[in-house]
Amino acid sequence: MARMKFICDAERCIECNGCVTACKNEHEVPWGVNRRRVVTLNDGVPGEKSISVACMHCSDAPCMAVCPVNCFYKTDEGVVLHDKDVCIGCGYCSYACPFGAPQFPAQGTFGVRGKMDKCTFCAGGPEANGSDEEFEKYGRNRLAEGKLPICAEMCSTKALLAGDGDMVADIFRTRVVKRDKGAEVWGWGTAYGTSSKKTGASS
Amino acid sequence: MSARYGFAGLVKLLSASCLMASFVACTETPQTLGSKNDQPAYQGVQSGHEAFVRPGWTAGDKTSWESALRARGQYGANDHARSP
Repeated sequence: MARMKFICDAERCIECNGCVTACKNEHEVPWGVNRRRVVTLNDGVPGEKSISVACMHCSDAPCMAVCPVNCFYKTDEGVVLHDKDVCIGCGYCSYACPFGAPQFPAQGTFGVRGKMDKCTFCAGGPEANGSDEEFEKYGRNRLAEGKLPICAEMCSTKALLAGDGDMVADIFRTRVVKRDKGAEVWGWGTAYGTSSKKTGASS
Repeated sequence: MSARYGFAGLVKLLSASCLMASFVACTETPQTLGSKNDQPAYQGVQSGHEAFVRPGWTAGDKTSWESALRARGQYGANDHARSP
């Protein structure tokens, strides 16, 4: 199996927030913490685009690199997880993450920042799979139940895909070929610009 | 004279060693793959918590777990395969 990956098809996402709701319900995420959220670009303008964002389980995760207590680890499937017993809530990972995935519950006296919480790809944490302790800290472990992340499974338009990176890429590639557009949404050119776009911008 | 050069050489050697030791301290922690005391997902859930486990695969068998996940993903997300 390749690495587990998310991808959100911006051509399909209708900003229903079903993924956000499903995640919060499945893992009983506390108020104020959003492991997943939907971001809309050009909101209200014709042609607006929405995308569902959470931890992308980076291959070279910056959160892992900056954590001073080394609380992060990566499973064999490439899922980036963390140990809440080790986390000191310093927030370095929050500054390092380009997706804003790490969340911190602000509870208690003086709004003390608690242990970091983030998307687990529905893979729980270091406690025994499916145990009450694991659920208490990290939520459900759906991978150990033979299921995929709830956000993708509940997505009404199947804009959000999750699973084996090869399979997800195949599904997305098929869509792009069939509808004959959308390939430009992703890739190097979108992130860094193409030579023609650069020329157009400078002229 | 040669003894003096020998002492200077020793000092240079020690200085170089200290410099190398200081560079070693600057290395990053390796991002090693693999779990930190975490049970792999294909091992299934703890006994007594099987109520929500999807049937069709064997806990502990990585191949069957991967096949089950792939089949679930194809069925659940690949609508082109379901209605070409």
